[in-house]
Amino acid sequence: MDNRTLPYLLLLPATLFLCVFFLYPFALVAWQAFTNEAGFTLEHFRTMADHWKFPIAFWNTMLLALAVVPVQVVLSITMAMMVTRMQRGRDIMLYIWTIPLGISDLAAGIIWLAIFEQTGFLNSMLYGLGVIEQPTNFLSYQNTWVIFIAIALAEIWRATAIMLVILVAGLGLIPKEYDEAAEVFGASRWQRLWKVTLPLLRPSLQTALILRVILAFEVFAVVAALGGTSLPVLMGETYNYQFELQDGHVAAALALVILAISIAFTLFFLRVLRVPKGAQI
Amino acid sequence: MSVAESPKLPGSPRRAGNILFGATALLLCAWVLVPIYLLIVNTLSSPEAVTAFPKSFVPGWDFANLEFFAGFAGILKALKNSVLVAGVTMLLAILIGAPAGYALSRFDFPGKSAFRILILMTRAFPLPLLALPLAVMFIRTGLDDTILGLAIVHTTLALPFSVLITFSLFSGIPIELEEAAWTLGCTREQAFRKVVLPLILPGIAASAVFAFVISWNEVFAASVLTIENRTLTAFLLQSLDVSPMHLKFAGGFVLVVPALIFIFAVRKYLFAMWGIANR
Repeated sequence: MDNRTLPYLLLLPATLFLCVFFLYPFALVAWQAFTNEAGFTLEHFRTMADHWKFPIAFWNTMLLALAVVPVQVVLSITMAMMVTRMQRGRDIMLYIWTIPLGISDLAAGIIWLAIFEQTGFLNSMLYGLGVIEQPTNFLSYQNTWVIFIAIALAEIWRATAIMLVILVAGLGLIPKEYDEAAEVFGASRWQRLWKVTLPLLRPSLQTALILRVILAFEVFAVVAALGGTSLPVLMGETYNYQFELQDGHVAAALALVILAISIAFTLFFLRVLRVPKGAQI
Repeated sequence: MSVAESPKLPGSPRRAGNILFGATALLLCAWVLVPIYLLIVNTLSSPEAVTAFPKSFVPGWDFANLEFFAGFAGILKALKNSVLVAGVTMLLAILIGAPAGYALSRFDFPGKSAFRILILMTRAFPLPLLALPLAVMFIRTGLDDTILGLAIVHTTLALPFSVLITFSLFSGIPIELEEAAWTLGCTREQAFRKVVLPLILPGIAASAVFAFVISWNEVFAASVLTIENRTLTAFLLQSLDVSPMHLKFAGGFVLVVPALIFIFAVRKYLFAMWGIANR
């Protein structure tokens, strides 16, 4: 086969698939959000924004991302640096640390439910230690901040692994010589981390952050498992409109809001963590 | 992957540092493993033990929970649907993704960067939301509430990964091997089949497994797009308010176990996936 047409033929299925099932549906969702029988309208956005739950869901989603992602950045960098320093047990450690990568958000929610529910392990432990006399209902609508903490813990537990994997792979791409050179010149370990490793790791950090933040805005099943309806988030509201209320238009409007903040944050990280041409390895 | 040597510091500070290092590593392991262990305790205790208080921290080796789970109306069908959807997703993601990965790794051609941007763009989009417009589209085409329909949505989730993974796998095989086969009289297709394919097969299998796990774990699209043919995740999500605790835990257990095995199976490839192709 002709070498000039072959690559296009190989790319054709993937391109077609993504056009039909990725680009086109996103155009469709925008169409759904901005139109009704009569034509263009902002009515669906008004319905969405006027609902008392919308601002709560919006800020819950934002605050969750804000609480979870920075912890995950620090944790995953720490773990990745530890892995590179490890001489023995590196493989088993990496396997254990990446286990949550394969665990669905729903399962993670259920796992943390086992800990936080009324007859759960946290209550049993506190009782065993004599801290409490009888089990408390942590996950009730009266103390949403406990639900918030439980969700944040479950998210940190589940989704740090994906960042760890990206960062470990990224560290593997950095030639060892840079670090060694800095060491020869007397840089301390801390200085080498901040002045050599982290700047060189920027592309991986960028990927990890973009991926993670977008996943954080999609938080849904963990919240459903732990909070029920006590702690509304954007994705959960989208699901309610689509599935319970059967109002695809408002669901589409909510989807566009999630899409907009996702793109905004992607652009933000692309800009802030950009790697200047010529500084790439 | 390079393993940096830790510097040789003399005497006790290094020792103390090592102990701290080991302790932190073990603590982080416990952080990952203990919650899973607690889920297993709950799954393997009797339904009464699950709601008892205070709770035992060791399993009672009682399989009533899992039996109840297996006997619960609709669960087995949901399990079957999950496997089918994940299986179809796996096939689609590899069949569509691997050729693209090969093209990206072996050729330079106009439009290559446009394609890469398309792939990278999928990352900036909350893909489960695709379920909303596709629900409309599927009703029109008769794909609503079918295995194939949901598998298509899951393939959009898995495809970018399978393209990038196969891209980095193919890039890891020197083109000289193929060229040698050509000079020895193989056609491009023969060279691919006899030289590249055997080398790449384990990696392809690993990325297939990865696609399977993505689909197996997906909740939102599955819950929106299926009614009769619910997958396990959709089933569990929709019965969260009504199902008893021990059913939830057994369900969580059944969701987690295959994932554990799969991650173990592909652990060697996890990092290759995120290497050079990611930049």
